[in-house]
Amino acid sequence: MENSKRIFLKIAGVSALGLGTGILTPNVFASSGQKKEAGFKKDSNALTAKRWGMVIDTRKIESSDDLEPIINACNKIHNIPEIKNHKHEIKWIWEEEFKHAFPSKGNKYLNERIKDLPFLVLCNQCENAPCVKACPTKATFQRDDGIVLMDFHRCIGCRFCMAACPYGSRSFNFKDPKEHIKPETYNPEFPRRTKGVVEKCNFCAERLAVGKKPACVEASDGAIIFGDLEDSESEIREVLNSNYTIRRKQALGTGPSIFYII
Amino acid sequence: MLETALKGSNKYWGLVIGLLILVGIGFTVYLKQFSVGLGITGMSRDVSWGFYIAQFTFLVGVAAGGVMLVLPYYLHDYKAFGKITVLGEFLAVSAICMCLMFIIADLGQPMRAMNVMLHPTLGSMLFWDMIVLNGYLFLNILIGWVVLESERNSVPPPKWIKPFIYLSIPWAFGIHTVTAFLYCGLPGRGFWLTAILAPRFLASAFAAGPSFLILLCFIVKKYTNFDPGIKAIRNLAKIIAYALIANVFFFLCEVFVALYSGIPEHIDHLEYLFFGLHGHGMLVGWMWTAMILMGIAIILLVNPITRENNSILIVSCVMVFVGTWIDKGLGMISGGFVPSPLHHVTEYAPSFYELLITLGIYAAGLLILTLLFKMVISVKEEVSD
Repeated sequence: MENSKRIFLKIAGVSALGLGTGILTPNVFASSGQKKEAGFKKDSNALTAKRWGMVIDTRKIESSDDLEPIINACNKIHNIPEIKNHKHEIKWIWEEEFKHAFPSKGNKYLNERIKDLPFLVLCNQCENAPCVKACPTKATFQRDDGIVLMDFHRCIGCRFCMAACPYGSRSFNFKDPKEHIKPETYNPEFPRRTKGVVEKCNFCAERLAVGKKPACVEASDGAIIFGDLEDSESEIREVLNSNYTIRRKQALGTGPSIFYII
Repeated sequence: MLETALKGSNKYWGLVIGLLILVGIGFTVYLKQFSVGLGITGMSRDVSWGFYIAQFTFLVGVAAGGVMLVLPYYLHDYKAFGKITVLGEFLAVSAICMCLMFIIADLGQPMRAMNVMLHPTLGSMLFWDMIVLNGYLFLNILIGWVVLESERNSVPPPKWIKPFIYLSIPWAFGIHTVTAFLYCGLPGRGFWLTAILAPRFLASAFAAGPSFLILLCFIVKKYTNFDPGIKAIRNLAKIIAYALIANVFFFLCEVFVALYSGIPEHIDHLEYLFFGLHGHGMLVGWMWTAMILMGIAIILLVNPITRENNSILIVSCVMVFVGTWIDKGLGMISGGFVPSPLHHVTEYAPSFYELLITLGIYAAGLLILTLLFKMVISVKEEVSD
């Protein structure tokens, strides 16, 4: 009896050890680079950067008509549902008046062009993203290239990230979006979301991975410049160097990656 | 001891069944929310948290309020509270249970709730809130149970329970502090972005929790053979008076900072709540009612003549409870979301479904409270026989 108890304890001990190392091993392999082989393969055309950023040149925009193709390109590619009830809207990139896009910068003597001009707003892909900090499950996370992404399968729908975002860039699926996506525009290459999860602009991470620039940039006819902020030779740096730009709510310290030329 | 909750008068069973019916209604409506989504509530893209999170915030306060009995009794040996500390602990248990139910009801994907434990994120305040709330629940069940069982066996509580009791005191402050940290660390929400939020939460908690306890004590006294003791009630009333003064004082500090500094991001929310913004002022009446209720309650509770009159005391406690509930359970969350960070005004009101689910959760909490209090009272009656 005593003996069998001892054997049992031994086996239990060894199993526990195995379980412990089992938990540890993936991390060990991750650091030695073996994960790449086992995991997905990177497309050789993939666009990479140290920190992706965007400049919106509002001088090249005159009216909502100029923004429509940009917004539609995003909506179509990402299966954004068209929801009439504005309380349940899903928005990745949309237009706002200056006083809403830059609430602390409005004034009553504002230049006529700026006052009536629609401004494109989207997720700022913040350097210090409050949403990443707030998320209790790491469903919202930041990649090494600065893009703030979401795992729609991990999100529990607590909406802490929505409270945390100072730019109102996040939307919640209050109902199943399926019925609000037209079958004729449905893009089977991008996942449709389920009810109860949060979503937002992903800087077209799925397009960058296959060597394409974000859909809005492509549709913008040169009004949006996209590139690596950390690369001093890049076009975006050249644009930032030769123009004065502003960012939304810069004083909050979130470090937005979207710049505006006014 | 649980068996004592299974023997009771017809009145007791009537109450239990009544509460069960409300729980059933709430749960049925919840099933609808579960299948359709949170779209059946009044929440929106701009006001992404509503009634559920507001009730959660208020009830964390009620749970923390129990410490106003535990602290004087165990740290200062204030004997008058000894008879009813267990009531405070079991009130905390039921309040925390409601908090957890409200959190689950608020999740878009409740089946994934365990992801919070599967992927622990130390930087997220919600993760810490989960830890402190569950910890506090555990502590209060353990302490309440062990102390009550000792009382039943007419022996002093075992020594090993003492460290848990001492731990539960700072823990009570912890649960409401962490709950305040959910809000006050968010950069774009001027209404919550204030260091006084956690102290204010605590002050309102120490008014709301004990005032509910006093009401419960009067109910227990009237309908059972257990007398919680008038001395305990009197002193609890004094605690409420000063906690309420602190709550209103902290709020006025907030108002001064916002108005005198003149920073729009801070003024806008107060303006929305108390005067309405751009023609939207759904909460104006409520907020002024809360202020008036708390103001009158302060006068009635500070003045010994009115405080020591039982009928006036009961009215005062109702005023404190309702006033702090409006302040936290209605204004605190909506107020932070209106106007939105882009300065749009989207108002929020709970939907009928949302109210039924809320009612169901409150009924479930009261049911837990009823069963636990029945146990306590049965033991107290047994011992005094």
